[in-house]
Amino acid sequence: MIGFENVGYAYPGGSPVLDGITFEVSDGEKVGLVGANGAGKSTLLKCVPGLLEASGIITVSGLRVSRENIAEIRRKVGFVLQDPDNQMFMPKVIDDMIFGPVNYGSTREEAEEQADSVLRGLGIPHLRDRYNHRISGGEKRMAAIATVLAMRPDVMLMDEPSSSLDPRNRRALINTLSGLDKTMIIASHDLDMILDLCPRVILLDHGTLIADGETAGILRDRELLESHGLELPLSLSGQKGI
Amino acid sequence: MNDAERAVLDLRAMDELESMDSPLHRLSPLSKFTVTAVYIALTASFGRYDLTGLLFMVIFPLIGYQLAMIPVRTCFSRLKGVLPLVAAVGVLNPFFDRNVLFRIGGIAVTGGVVSMLTLMMKGVFCLMASFLLMATTAVDELCRDLRKLHFPKMLASLILLTFRYTSVLTDEVAAMTQAYSLRAPGQKGIHISVWGTFLGQLLLRTMDRADDLYDAMVLRGFNGEFHYAGGRKSSRWSWPAAALSCAAIVAARLVNVPALLGSLFI
Ligand SMILES: Nc1ncnc2c1ncn2[C@@H]1O[C@H](COP(=O)(O)OP(=O)(O)OP(=O)(O)O)[C@@H](O)[C@H]1O
Ligand SMILES: [Mg+2]
Repeated sequence: MIGFENVGYAYPGGSPVLDGITFEVSDGEKVGLVGANGAGKSTLLKCVPGLLEASGIITVSGLRVSRENIAEIRRKVGFVLQDPDNQMFMPKVIDDMIFGPVNYGSTREEAEEQADSVLRGLGIPHLRDRYNHRISGGEKRMAAIATVLAMRPDVMLMDEPSSSLDPRNRRALINTLSGLDKTMIIASHDLDMILDLCPRVILLDHGTLIADGETAGILRDRELLESHGLELPLSLSGQKGI
Repeated sequence: MNDAERAVLDLRAMDELESMDSPLHRLSPLSKFTVTAVYIALTASFGRYDLTGLLFMVIFPLIGYQLAMIPVRTCFSRLKGVLPLVAAVGVLNPFFDRNVLFRIGGIAVTGGVVSMLTLMMKGVFCLMASFLLMATTAVDELCRDLRKLHFPKMLASLILLTFRYTSVLTDEVAAMTQAYSLRAPGQKGIHISVWGTFLGQLLLRTMDRADDLYDAMVLRGFNGEFHYAGGRKSSRWSWPAAALSCAAIVAARLVNVPALLGSLFI
């Protein structure tokens, strides 16, 4: 379970970009986080593993995010960063995938086995031994997600996981994620993916929580979405393409 | 592709050199590190007029490149950006030190010319040796082994992060110069009027990315230890080979081999 209670954040020297955010995500729940550019989605996610120090109270599985608990919380939380270039730091995809598990005590063999099964699940076993600086943007995105999945976190936080993916990889990602019985918060502009994956959605605007409820209801509410800089998902707008 | 981008690819390609296989690649990182350190220290310690003794030292990196199966020219082509800097060291010596050491034919060779040459050679040789170490050793493995010797965690992490950040920095330079040249067609390089903002931006962007990278490492359990490093088993010949190489290097420092050979034949 993840709890946010009156969470606020301001970047050093700036005005608040998150204000009074309160909600709870129960175990195994998949929640979409939507909002226009600059709404505060990435900022909110970064507060959970303590990459940014928020005001208010954030808890993960009953542990409060604080200096004492941070190592334990980070162990439970997998985080897919918005920019995959910053997520991958080892020479090869496979090196990156075993980095986390081995740090947490797996043997190399276990870690590689685990990595291989994740790669197969995502349909990208061919990326295993490729060099990170020689794969495409979308491939890198898939690989970055794979590195996080390979750690088998209890909680997954994902910032724009589907951006720059082609339709097939996007579908593979959605299938993989929907098959996982984990707590997830997915920040995305891909409202159709949110609609597919997350029964519940949270709408942010200018750092405040605007709506929290059933995805089908909120993402169908044209007026609500448009007044906060979003549009109906394609699959609900009755249009095929733009 | 601009120069900066090429530099990035070259730097990144170190990873590829490093994951090749050769007798030298199989030696333990620490043994190579030790030999390189000894080589650099002793090469740097040659007297400034000791041209012939110094010249012989080139043999060690040359043998190294052979063993690593990396052409020596790779080193020079990768490092061509740094070479002029190394070569620039000591160019002023000939103007200061004008006493004649010896004559070749009718030409007087001054102390300044010789000391310039020795300085350049020291620079180039040390560069060759460091490049060889980097090209045959994974930095994570080296840091892991340093940690095993109780090398401070802070310093080991520092070595690792410096290495990682170098590629972040060159990445950013490449991205920015590319963005710049797309909007300033026909211009060669970056106009001097924007150097200030360019450098400022570069610094900010690099710091942001470095932050994110470090976050990504910490989120996956990095705490200054290098458990994950290294699939490669070090050869058991590592330390005997290192001892032998060090002995040879020390001998070459103590005995002027070219002079010795010369005296045998004359
Ligand atoms: N490092 C930073 N320093 C200062 N302000 C920042 C920083 N990062 C983001 N902001 C500001 O914080 C606000 C929220 O940014 P955030 O990145 O959380 O938005 P987001 O919802 O993730 O947007 P996007 O959909 O574009 O990714 C924005 O107004 C942004 O300008
Ligand atoms: Mg964002």
